[in-house]
Amino acid sequence: MGKYIVRRLLQMIPVIIGTTFLIFYMVFAMPGDPTAGKCGERPCSAAYIAKYRAEHNLDDPLPVQYAKYVGKLAQGDLGTNQYGVPVKDDLKSRYLVTGKLALMAITVEIVIGIIAGILAGIRKGKFIDNLVLISTLFVISIPVFVIGALAQYFLGVRLGLFPVTVTQKASFYELLMPAFVLGSLSIAYVARLTRTNLVENLRADYVRTAIAKGLSRRRAVGLHALRNSMIPVVTFIGFDFGALLGGAIVTERIFNIQGIGGYIFRGIQMRDGVAVVGAVTALVIVYLFVNLLVDILYGVLDPRISHE
Amino acid sequence: MSESAVLVEGVEAQAAQGDVGEARSLGADAWRSLRKNVFFWISAVLIGILVLMAIWPSLFTSTDPTASVLAEARSRPSSSAWFGRDIQGYDIYSRVIYGARASILVGVMTTAFTVLLGGAIGTIAAYAGGWADSLISRITDIFFAVPLLLGAILFMSALSGTLTSYFGVILKVVLALSLLGWPSLARLMRSSVLQVMPNDYVQAARALGASPWRIIRSHIIPNAMGPMIVVSTINLGAYIAAEATLSFLGIGLVPPVISWGVSINDAIVGLRTTPHMLLFPSLFLSITVLAFIMLGDAIRDAFDPKTR
Repeated sequence: MGKYIVRRLLQMIPVIIGTTFLIFYMVFAMPGDPTAGKCGERPCSAAYIAKYRAEHNLDDPLPVQYAKYVGKLAQGDLGTNQYGVPVKDDLKSRYLVTGKLALMAITVEIVIGIIAGILAGIRKGKFIDNLVLISTLFVISIPVFVIGALAQYFLGVRLGLFPVTVTQKASFYELLMPAFVLGSLSIAYVARLTRTNLVENLRADYVRTAIAKGLSRRRAVGLHALRNSMIPVVTFIGFDFGALLGGAIVTERIFNIQGIGGYIFRGIQMRDGVAVVGAVTALVIVYLFVNLLVDILYGVLDPRISHE
Repeated sequence: MSESAVLVEGVEAQAAQGDVGEARSLGADAWRSLRKNVFFWISAVLIGILVLMAIWPSLFTSTDPTASVLAEARSRPSSSAWFGRDIQGYDIYSRVIYGARASILVGVMTTAFTVLLGGAIGTIAAYAGGWADSLISRITDIFFAVPLLLGAILFMSALSGTLTSYFGVILKVVLALSLLGWPSLARLMRSSVLQVMPNDYVQAARALGASPWRIIRSHIIPNAMGPMIVVSTINLGAYIAAEATLSFLGIGLVPPVISWGVSINDAIVGLRTTPHMLLFPSLFLSITVLAFIMLGDAIRDAFDPKTR
């Protein structure tokens, strides 16, 4: 197990380098002068521009810029943004908010998605199965930003059940509706995936054996079929984590959440390359670790899969 | 699950029975069950209408989508303007019809690119094996680690100054989504090619001296592409939604281009007073996404012998 984790961590290094370079390239290929607008209404002095460009290595060729950036990154220095605030400090507070939002969305996704999937799977072809299938199809086909705007208007403005926007402190209650909106698409996918796998596993020989040897149906389904059905679902949730962090850009915009999505979006609009690269790099590294965790979980769910 | 195993079973069953009836390939079997599926026909008709809308919008409306009647701006649906008018006094019905083109173009072109790129890369990785496989898989991982929406936003802003014509912007959206969409298909194709490769018919073809290109083209690809086709049909809907999301964020298509995403973005501010402005573009967007997902589901069921 230890060996497997070390091997996976080593394999992750070229992926992290490649991905950060990809991001670095896309961000710094962005047109626009980073010093424009830094000195108010008048153009910056030549001395200031020269100092700024030297500080950010803007006159080096891109690969050299990148190497210098990675060198600083390895020491835990993400640079400073346009306002001179270290990106690391910005990310700390913003990641707390987005992390909370994403965790809540994933919890909602796991609890509601899996329960709906199980209910549909064990009553295949019955009313509840059709209800789950049709309602998930609806959720999948409506874009998240429409769901968000509708939820905000009807649940927030009309009925007053939830706060309409999220304040700086981003409490649990305030984030509840955004978390549902962010997780809505994934709830539907998790429910469908759970259902499909459960239906397939319920027909497997080992479930029949379990029932034949006298196990209650509850135990046969809950212990045997369900555990095996969870592997693709766990895989999906791992991959989905990245999509959630990316999708947070839309949700955070709708509900005015001061999280990482809004930070990246603002960074792109303000041509604040250092901030964008730092935020996205941190995001991708988190994402890669989550997927490593998922792979380790396989062994727990299915003892046949060993990492030795 | 392995289609190849099914195919082998089918071949064996036929060999056992001698030459009875017509030879039924997997594809023919799938088509046979597809024809009986109501959802397949519903989605096929919907997609047919939408494609027709994208090619000849003037078949459905004779109103100019850019004819502004400011005196009637934001008016509710009436006999003169079936879906009402938007904030600029444009006829919403006509704009919804003309907006189909952008969505369909993005969906179809992105799917075509990702299938070609992902399919080719996955096949080469699996067929070549060894170090080439490792190298290609790591490169795939790099692109896979960037979340779709986030990467698309970076890509679009990196190219924000270039290609600003209608087709230019659509091409940029297609490139952004293709660049980040191919890795999942490449992984899928790689695993199904690996399943097909050890089969007897592939070994037989090799023993008979068939060239690698011929083995790949006429033996491996037809037997391995099933799962990829299913996933990419479902993805088509997701790409259309992604295009609308980019337009919603203001970095995909922008006015004066007519697109559902742009219309939704314009309408969301008026949700409280003029909900019809939001309803119709989102309805059409949802129907389109729904149609492609239903088609994908139907094809998957047809190719999966276990659900018959």
